[in-house]
Amino acid sequence: MSITYLEAIREAQAKALRDDPRVFIYGEDVGKFGGAFKATKNLQEQFPGRVIDAPISEDAITGFAVGSAIEGMRPIIEMQFADFSTVAFNQIVNQAATLYWRTNVSCPLVVRLPCGGTSGSGPFHSQSLETIYSHYPGLVVMTPATVEDAYSMLLEAVAIDDPVVFCEHKLLYYHLKAEKLPTEALPVGKARLVREGRDMTVVTYSAMVHESLAAAEELASDGWEIEVVDLRSVKPLDTDTVMASVARTGRLLCVGEAWPWGGVTAEVIARVSAEGWGLLDAPPQRLNAKDTPIPYHPNLWAAHRPTARSVADAARRLLRM
Amino acid sequence: MRFWLSIQIFKAVMSAQRAGEIQIFCRETYAMSFEMPLDGKCFKLFPPVDVIRHNHDISVSVRAKKHCRPAGWSLTLRMVSTVPKPAAPQSASVRELCLQAHRTMLLSRVLEEKLASLYRAGKIHGGVFVGRGQEAVSVSLGIQLRKGDVFAPSIRDMAGRLAFGESVLDAVRTYLGSPLGPMRSRDGNVHRGRPQEGLLPMISHLGSMISVVNGVLFARRMSGAKEVVGATCLGDGGTSTGAFHEGLNQAAVEKLPLVMLVANNFYAYSTSNDRQFACRSLLDKAIGYGVQGVEVDGTNIIACLETIGGAVQRARSGGGPQLVIANVLRLCGHGEHDDASYIDPKLKNSPLGRDCLKVSEEMLLREGWVNEAQLAEWRAEVVQQVESAVATVQREPAPDPYQHDWTAVSSRHLQELHADTSA
Repeated sequence: MSITYLEAIREAQAKALRDDPRVFIYGEDVGKFGGAFKATKNLQEQFPGRVIDAPISEDAITGFAVGSAIEGMRPIIEMQFADFSTVAFNQIVNQAATLYWRTNVSCPLVVRLPCGGTSGSGPFHSQSLETIYSHYPGLVVMTPATVEDAYSMLLEAVAIDDPVVFCEHKLLYYHLKAEKLPTEALPVGKARLVREGRDMTVVTYSAMVHESLAAAEELASDGWEIEVVDLRSVKPLDTDTVMASVARTGRLLCVGEAWPWGGVTAEVIARVSAEGWGLLDAPPQRLNAKDTPIPYHPNLWAAHRPTARSVADAARRLLRM
Repeated sequence: MRFWLSIQIFKAVMSAQRAGEIQIFCRETYAMSFEMPLDGKCFKLFPPVDVIRHNHDISVSVRAKKHCRPAGWSLTLRMVSTVPKPAAPQSASVRELCLQAHRTMLLSRVLEEKLASLYRAGKIHGGVFVGRGQEAVSVSLGIQLRKGDVFAPSIRDMAGRLAFGESVLDAVRTYLGSPLGPMRSRDGNVHRGRPQEGLLPMISHLGSMISVVNGVLFARRMSGAKEVVGATCLGDGGTSTGAFHEGLNQAAVEKLPLVMLVANNFYAYSTSNDRQFACRSLLDKAIGYGVQGVEVDGTNIIACLETIGGAVQRARSGGGPQLVIANVLRLCGHGEHDDASYIDPKLKNSPLGRDCLKVSEEMLLREGWVNEAQLAEWRAEVVQQVESAVATVQREPAPDPYQHDWTAVSSRHLQELHADTSA
């Protein structure tokens, strides 16, 4: 038996619904249809009245989740594409994210964002928005890269008393498989060392973990040992694990699929530079998508986001510094 | 052709040649259907409606279809359902309700006058936003809600808040930034509430509380609670937001017991209604969302109590979302910094510019429910209550930034630990 990243997300939601009567799912087409990507397939049937189709109203979907969370429910809302969450931006960053701080009443909700590019999806169905949500106080932002993390982190997201932006990568939905669902997991907020090496640290998350691992493999044939750190959650950011890795390797490359201005990769570099300047043997580097909207044509799309090839190129440049 | 529809007349047949316009004056709340049994194939109605749920004047045109040479048409208006007017309450209970409403309006007015004077004296940081002139509208909602209901007031709802049960101390503490207030110095003025007691603290983005109220109502429904009402308020300007549309539509789709009260005071800050919307009346929006709509003179406390109370009652008894448009002027600026010089003097001198508190006072005296001496005594009591609350709060300590808990998430282990100089 094997299970995909998408199935893990569905199984986690099924488990959450089964284990906790406070959980319900609300979003566009999530009901009988099972969601645009089938992340809620059969759930309405199994949990009648708790998997609910919403009108195309991302703002109201999120406000609705906030209201029910105030009442002690544990809503999971699905944005059909991460890109559409910008319509809900106000409710996420001003309503959900400020509620606890303003009122001392926590706001336990999960916003599922199908993120990242797939070939041919173009400017409005490909975005990675972890950066803008991480900017706001009061939110937890998760970016699982593996089937196991997709499952365990989604369950943890439901259990957390704060609003969680759960960035799941569409490119991993069907391709990424695991043998079975995990029974234990690292806690949220802890990064994972996914590959050990002594020459350079690549800090990354979500689908870029797999591009970075492929690049590390390619460089291994040239004799380089590349360490890869999967952040797992970008907020909170596990600075300790990153710093420990940089202390071992002396070189840092940060890779993210979001746009370059500011952002997660810049944050990691800022922290390492400020706290670990003496650990660095070369200037820290980063690799992001290009600073344009996401292109439609596969040739342009493949060049717009970092890939194993461009990660390997950036790593080689850094190793020469 | 003009046609008056009243509760007594529910069926009429009209006929005319070729084409015509029918105006229907509808003073009750009905659902009506139109039927054209004779020449329906040759004539059509414009707007192309067959069921109208309204309590407002409407115009329907009957037009001959192209390539059709009809002899004439006839039209039947058939009432398909009615919402009966609530039976007139016993005069004793009307009297009690009016007296209670008046006292709350008075408390609201006196409290806000005090806050405005503290603002002018430089004792309040940020703005002060008062509901002068809109107390009758606001109190009529708050007074009809009960414990277990949920209320998300807007900026001119001091009276509604007090009627719902918010304490004077909560209001004063929030305005003066006391750490003992419900917002603990973190948020101010109108951004206050106690979510776990059903009073939701508004964010500044108009319309965005509607869906939050919807979510609370949905959760209550899931938990099996019955006869709960959720109410929220906006002004005319708030109806232009996307959040208003999404929220009201969502409530209609989910058939939630939401009361959406719009105080139509003709200006959103300085922008007049002709730059805000192009529909003839805000009440027309009710049709579009498939919710029931009613309109009321916001200067008249009896009309407000009856109309808003009716909407709350219908929502409570399963009638679905209710839109109430209360027409009234605010007798103040948008905030205390604003002199409201943009308000048309003609409007100020119209019946809409009346002070609802004076209207209420005159009514109470006219009915013989109070006398001048009692009114003076009430005012003295209320002034004492406000002065005492302000004196209490002014003695309270200010928040200490060095002792403050700067944590934005409730899961302490997930708080970001920045190593920058602000940590």
